[in-house]
Amino acid sequence: MKFWKKASSIALAAAVIASLTAGCGGGGDKKAADAGKKEIVVGVNAELTGNVANYGKSMLSGFELAVEEANKAGGIDGKQIKVVTADNKSEPSESGNAATKLVTQNKVVAVIGPATSGCVAAEEPVLTSSKIPLIAPCATAPGITLQKDGKTKPFVFRACFIDPYQGDIMAQFAAKDLKVKKVAILHDSSSDYSKGLAEVFTKVFTATGGQVTTDEAFLSKDVDFKASLTKIKGTNPEAIYVPGYYEEVSKIIKQAREIGLTCPMLGSDGWDSPKLVEVAGKEACNKGYFTNAYTAEDKDPAVQKYVKAYQAKFNKVPDVFSMQGYNAGLILFNAIKTAKTTDGTKLAEAIAKTKDLQVANGKLTYDEKHNPITTALIIELKDGKMTLNKKIGG
Amino acid sequence: MESGFLQQLVQQLINGISLGSIYALIALGYTMIYGILKLINFAHGDIYMLGAYIGFVCTSILKLSFLPALVVSMIGAALAGMVIERVAYRPMRNAPRIAILITAIGVSFFLENVMILFASPQPRTFPAVFTATVYHVGSWVVNSQQIVILVSALVLMVALTYIVNQTKAGKAMRAVSFDADAARLMGIDIDSTISMTFALGSALAAAGGVLVGIYYNSIDPLMGMVPGIKAFVAAVLGGIGIIPGAMLGGIILGVVEALVSGFISSTFRDAAAFAILIIILLFKPQGLMGKNIREKV
Repeated sequence: MKFWKKASSIALAAAVIASLTAGCGGGGDKKAADAGKKEIVVGVNAELTGNVANYGKSMLSGFELAVEEANKAGGIDGKQIKVVTADNKSEPSESGNAATKLVTQNKVVAVIGPATSGCVAAEEPVLTSSKIPLIAPCATAPGITLQKDGKTKPFVFRACFIDPYQGDIMAQFAAKDLKVKKVAILHDSSSDYSKGLAEVFTKVFTATGGQVTTDEAFLSKDVDFKASLTKIKGTNPEAIYVPGYYEEVSKIIKQAREIGLTCPMLGSDGWDSPKLVEVAGKEACNKGYFTNAYTAEDKDPAVQKYVKAYQAKFNKVPDVFSMQGYNAGLILFNAIKTAKTTDGTKLAEAIAKTKDLQVANGKLTYDEKHNPITTALIIELKDGKMTLNKKIGG
Repeated sequence: MESGFLQQLVQQLINGISLGSIYALIALGYTMIYGILKLINFAHGDIYMLGAYIGFVCTSILKLSFLPALVVSMIGAALAGMVIERVAYRPMRNAPRIAILITAIGVSFFLENVMILFASPQPRTFPAVFTATVYHVGSWVVNSQQIVILVSALVLMVALTYIVNQTKAGKAMRAVSFDADAARLMGIDIDSTISMTFALGSALAAAGGVLVGIYYNSIDPLMGMVPGIKAFVAAVLGGIGIIPGAMLGGIILGVVEALVSGFISSTFRDAAAFAILIIILLFKPQGLMGKNIREKV
């Protein structure tokens, strides 16, 4: 009996340890750092597990495609590119640890990711203090490339448009194309991304003469939104703006339709996931519109070339995060080529000078705030399919 | 305007009660285990998650319908609860209480990460086991799923009350919870009674998990964290260790959350729920339905 007790507690302890360490994988390959002269080691800090794992995995897959293409073409100045990944579990607190690991253990020359703004903000101090550039492929919060005094952070770049731009475009679309006057907002008060979008939307939409009937909040991981939606229904809006991530948004759309809210639902690029339609249901998603940087439906030849290459490697249609991960790779490799060095400071300067670089969804140029000037789209959900409604800028 | 307010109020009460009955189902397990072991079982929220996953496997892979899936998931979770008690808590029975508490947190992490490992961290879509019909009663909207949740929760609570108050096993549970040593002297098998308590509590949590899976259409390995904490609050609110208290606490918590989001601001929802907990604990530390027990010196 004694033996059994001991054996069972040891087994449990071992299992606990195994399960805790299982999540911390991601090749800690020391040899790679030592062999730094023959290859260029690039770190990817991504959301590989946790609630936005879809984003991190997509971003990583796009970047891997860019790496594969570059390596097939002979690498950069004869050096092959090696990717080291670190999982931040979709948590800002883990993101800093992941970045430290990439910098100190893997000696990376640059870091791609994470996908979400909160995780990028948590990682940035680590990289800035070690003078290593980071390209956040799809972090849209404006603050991440700016210091408190408004100056641009020298080592931080992104490969997507910023939140205010999305809020702005959606507000104008609501006012001019949908011709609605009263919009209710439901935003995620635990996310800077969602709060930022709600703010800009309110500003631009009221400037067009529209009225925001109510601005309700929820927290990420919430599952029940009926109370807030019932309140929103009481204000009789003509559309509801829900900037947020697919995990909550899918439930919001489902529950809104259940309590009889039939008006258009407007959103942001966080909606872009097949899970959205899966959870909410095809019918509930009709009259859903969101801003995004890309869709595989786009007939632009540059886009179609990327879609084909991605499908050949991963056997699925690429989403926007993979496209932005791919673009981030192109930006970085181009900068390493022009800088002719992997020294962090010089590399960052070279990235900032990127001009008219051909990327998957058009041409890309950085402005002085390290934000790329690029295309925006309005995507409409029709019977569970994401269709291109309108293309803006470029 | 007046009727608009009334309509909102009733609609929010409907929302609140359906949410609250789920809190109540989870809170029941918390309170039963606390009552018998004086252990706050932090792994309870994860048993709820486990139940949802068993329900998911039953409905999406084995293609069972609602009731069989519910029953299988309750049995599965009951077995899991008994195994956890046997492997993790029983060896610690005479250890200091803080050690058992830490073990419970360990079990919670263990369940979450094992599920992430085997089922991936991606949320999964629960198949629609029955179509959600929406009923319009006057200007109020009631969903058939809300009714199913409420009815299932009520039936389970009545069944539990019957087991605890009318059966021999229930009598043994009450005796052990009242005074374990005296119960042992009277010939009650303490170990199997505690096992039974874990089985019942876990089965209820699993039922909550399946209902939530059907209602919100999506489950993930970390879904137990927040409801686990909320249910714990509900159990303390009603008086921890007291079964009707957990039901009351759960419903109150759900209704308060709905009313606060509906009439004040959704930002204050959680703050209000916890503020009520603090106020009740200040004036009635033993919880709403708790009896005032004098410490024997």
